[in-house]
Amino acid sequence: MHPAGPAAAAISRLWWVLLVGATLIFGFVMALIALAWRRPAGTGDERRFVIGLGLAFPLTVLAALLAYALVLGERLLPRPGPDVVTVRAEASQWIWRFGYPDAEGRATENVLHIPAATPVDVEITTTDVVHSFWVPRLAGKLDAVPGHVNVLRIETDGPGEFAGLGSEYNGPGYAGHRFTVIAHAPEDWAAFLAGDLP
Amino acid sequence: MTVPGESAPSTAPSTDAAPMTALRRHRALTRIWASDPGWKGWFTTVNHTDLGRMFLSVAVFFFVVGGILAMLIRAQLASPRSAFVGPDVYNQLFTMHGTLMMFLFAIPLFEGFAVYLLPKLLGTRDLAFPRLTAYGFWCYVFGGSMLIFSMLAGIAPDSGWFMYPPLSSTLGSPGINSDFWLIGITFVEISAIAAAVEITVTILRYRAPGMRLSQMPIFAWYALVTAVMILTGFPPLILGSILLELERAFGLPFFQVADGGDALLWQHLFWLFGHPEVYIIFLPAAGAISTIIPVMARTRLMGYGWIVAAAVSLGVLSFGLWVHHMFTTGIPHMGLAFFSAASTLVAVPTAVQIFAWIGTMWRGRPELHLPMLWILGFFATFVIGGLTGVMVAVVPFDWQVHDTYFIVAHLHYVLIGGFVFPMLGALYYWMPHFIGRKSYFKIGPTAFWLVFAGFHGTFLLLHWAGLLGMRRRIDTYESGQGWEAINILASVSSFVMAIGFALVLVDIVVNAVVSVRGSRNPWGAGTLEWAMPTPAAAYNFASLPVVTSRDPLYDDPELPARIARGEGYLGDPVRGRRETLSLDISTGRPAYIVVYPGNTAMPMAMAAVTGLFFLGLLVKAYWLVPLAALGVAGFALNWVRALGARREEGALPAGQGLSLPTASEVPDPPGWWGSLFLLLADGTLFGSLLFGYAFLFTIAPNWPPPAWAEPGAGVALAALGGAALVGAGRLTRGGAGAVVTLAGLVALALACLLMLRHAPDPTAHAYDATLWVLTGYALFHLSVAALMAGALFARRRAGIVSARIGGEGRILDLWAGYAALVTLIGLAVTAAPGVLG
Repeated sequence: MHPAGPAAAAISRLWWVLLVGATLIFGFVMALIALAWRRPAGTGDERRFVIGLGLAFPLTVLAALLAYALVLGERLLPRPGPDVVTVRAEASQWIWRFGYPDAEGRATENVLHIPAATPVDVEITTTDVVHSFWVPRLAGKLDAVPGHVNVLRIETDGPGEFAGLGSEYNGPGYAGHRFTVIAHAPEDWAAFLAGDLP
Repeated sequence: MTVPGESAPSTAPSTDAAPMTALRRHRALTRIWASDPGWKGWFTTVNHTDLGRMFLSVAVFFFVVGGILAMLIRAQLASPRSAFVGPDVYNQLFTMHGTLMMFLFAIPLFEGFAVYLLPKLLGTRDLAFPRLTAYGFWCYVFGGSMLIFSMLAGIAPDSGWFMYPPLSSTLGSPGINSDFWLIGITFVEISAIAAAVEITVTILRYRAPGMRLSQMPIFAWYALVTAVMILTGFPPLILGSILLELERAFGLPFFQVADGGDALLWQHLFWLFGHPEVYIIFLPAAGAISTIIPVMARTRLMGYGWIVAAAVSLGVLSFGLWVHHMFTTGIPHMGLAFFSAASTLVAVPTAVQIFAWIGTMWRGRPELHLPMLWILGFFATFVIGGLTGVMVAVVPFDWQVHDTYFIVAHLHYVLIGGFVFPMLGALYYWMPHFIGRKSYFKIGPTAFWLVFAGFHGTFLLLHWAGLLGMRRRIDTYESGQGWEAINILASVSSFVMAIGFALVLVDIVVNAVVSVRGSRNPWGAGTLEWAMPTPAAAYNFASLPVVTSRDPLYDDPELPARIARGEGYLGDPVRGRRETLSLDISTGRPAYIVVYPGNTAMPMAMAAVTGLFFLGLLVKAYWLVPLAALGVAGFALNWVRALGARREEGALPAGQGLSLPTASEVPDPPGWWGSLFLLLADGTLFGSLLFGYAFLFTIAPNWPPPAWAEPGAGVALAALGGAALVGAGRLTRGGAGAVVTLAGLVALALACLLMLRHAPDPTAHAYDATLWVLTGYALFHLSVAALMAGALFARRRAGIVSARIGGEGRILDLWAGYAALVTLIGLAVTAAPGVLG
């Protein structure tokens, strides 16, 4: 994982927390099993195993984890703000079309232009089957469901190009269902909206 | 076929000729219980031991086929830009791999274990409905054959095992491929529902005399929870499949957004099934683990009560977390938070079981036999799968890894680690029982290490590929993304794993064929299945032992000999027919004698005609469909005809000085209990339909419909009058009751037909489609109940005891009452918007 935006960075941090925690728990359980062979028979205490390890231990760990995840998830949601830019993403078998409310009439295929380091809301829809919009290095994914409009918040740390993927299986052209996200510096974004950039 | 109530055949043993030794008893019982000799026996057997072995063998066959598909998938993905297969073939490969492994391997393997083991663990002679076992088995074989045929013909389903519309509907898949899935899987699910009804009734009512629920072997508890979950988890999928097939075949727009449908409805219905499914697969394996670990550790299970509570709460919780498969569909975040909490919460009962098992090992002195090796493999694998499961239950993390190889790796850790490994442990544990032989050739451990190493080599690093952005279900990928090394390692390891599985098969076959006879109870276990000679006799127990503890063989090592000497119930086969005892649910007191039907090819023939029904739908030969339906109804009548006697027998000696009536002379015969649990599944299907209606009503974009149906007062009058008559039929004794009930059912059917006259074209809007389906559902149940009322009336006139005494009347009451209820609800909810608005 090479996060290139705040949302992806937060998820990446979450992953490392999860990985370390999971490794510790796994090691602990394996050690307990190995000890069963080393200890004399008759040492297992039911209360300690079932209530202590079976109930109390996971409840504590999970409560902490859920609280962390809920706070994080809330931060990743699209909240209204003064400088939020909105773009439209319309998926079809097997093409992505993008529209720009800030410059009606501008439309691009398989390339999404956004301003860099600015929160961008992507309104995701589909013309046919279920698709999913995903830019791995920027944020999680969100589905394009017929008849519904789903809004995903993405944001980059700076200008650059990022690979985007259709990530819900959608038939024979699935592997090639990709797009590119180009994040522009402010002056380039203005030029794009004005129609000066291709 | 042995028709109960007729005089005993001439071969019946007589008690006065010679004293009944154990050997004579064995011969007499074998004559009564044995399946037909030779190849014919395969098709006419209704014996659970035979059918259990047949289920297991066919399930293993499908595992091999699914495994070959997996190898083809790994061959394709071994290198970037592979030209091995194109996307069209690849999409069929992964769709069929998932479909076969889930529906044709995992569930039937559980059914096979349960069918074979439960009567033996519980101390009875067969399952509750032997012919139903056979019918379910043949439905499974025929339905599975349809899917295999589609694969060989190159027209297999290719929309993923989850079949999301619109991709799986006519828009994305105009060919016949999806129909094979929808129709074939629904056909196969008959076997799951049949087995679940059977398992539930068997556990509740067919045990060794005296065995209380709290004294059941732990596996029976797990099987009970699993069976009830199948009854409540599968109906949403069956409903979804019916609705999607109606959309594909006749244009009823349930999932088409333009006409008031919603693609998300399918996802809800599918995962409402799909998540419980995961626990339906895991729980039987956990049951096997709970059985095997104490024996391998030479002690008793720690925390029996806690484990039962954990299994039950897993079952309940698993219905509250289907949405975690839909975190990326745009459901509001607080809704997701609820399902995220529920999803992580299932880790708690899982942890209770895992630590109870480890505690059991601490308490005892574990020995490293082959079954234990597989269970250690389970621990190492499943704990990782559980931990990654907690990770993906965390919403923001799931947003990132959803539909990537992280999920692929996670689910294989859970399913192979949590199901295949323990089930192989179970296979080795019960192998001496299945084949009555010692394990002789020692390739088992080699096979284990190949599978174990191959598995982790395949899937551990695929987690990482998912984090690097490798999506599931892509048929090919470009080089330079850092995935090449992981994928080639995974492919090579997967072939190592396949060789390991092949060795397991070789090991089993070789041992089954050439090994020497083994001793009874080689592991020194305490449960009843080891209290019989192996391989098991057709009748299981020469007499039914009184059981008052969880490990009867530990209390009384002489028990097998006492059973063989006939020192239990029903030890004297004087009546020359297949008999066992049914008990009071909680106390385990014997309640009545059950008389089973004998060998018959009818279940297979009925499954074949059922197959014609589905085949007619599949190839759109619609003339065949009503004919086959009539055929199934004819078989059903014939099925019932074989039950019940013409003369009353009164209380019969059941051994040990106890006298009991037979099932045909009691008010709650097995058929009543079977109907009750079948209606539980049926009611869940109806509930799912109402959920779908409410979901479309509130969530789908293009509502309200152009027009609501506005039925006249005639519909209400006919419906209420009919329901009143059905109610009166319950209270009316004697033959008149069936006639009154029948009149009520006809009036209700009239109400439905009047409703349909007011209804618009079902293809116009999802509302109209729902109205037609709800009304059709009501009409179907009214017809079934009417057929039963007619049959009951005829049987009364023919003087069949069970029809006269009341057991059959109460079965009719159940079905007629249910039909009246769903008709009233269906009509009310579809008419309400038009009438009120």
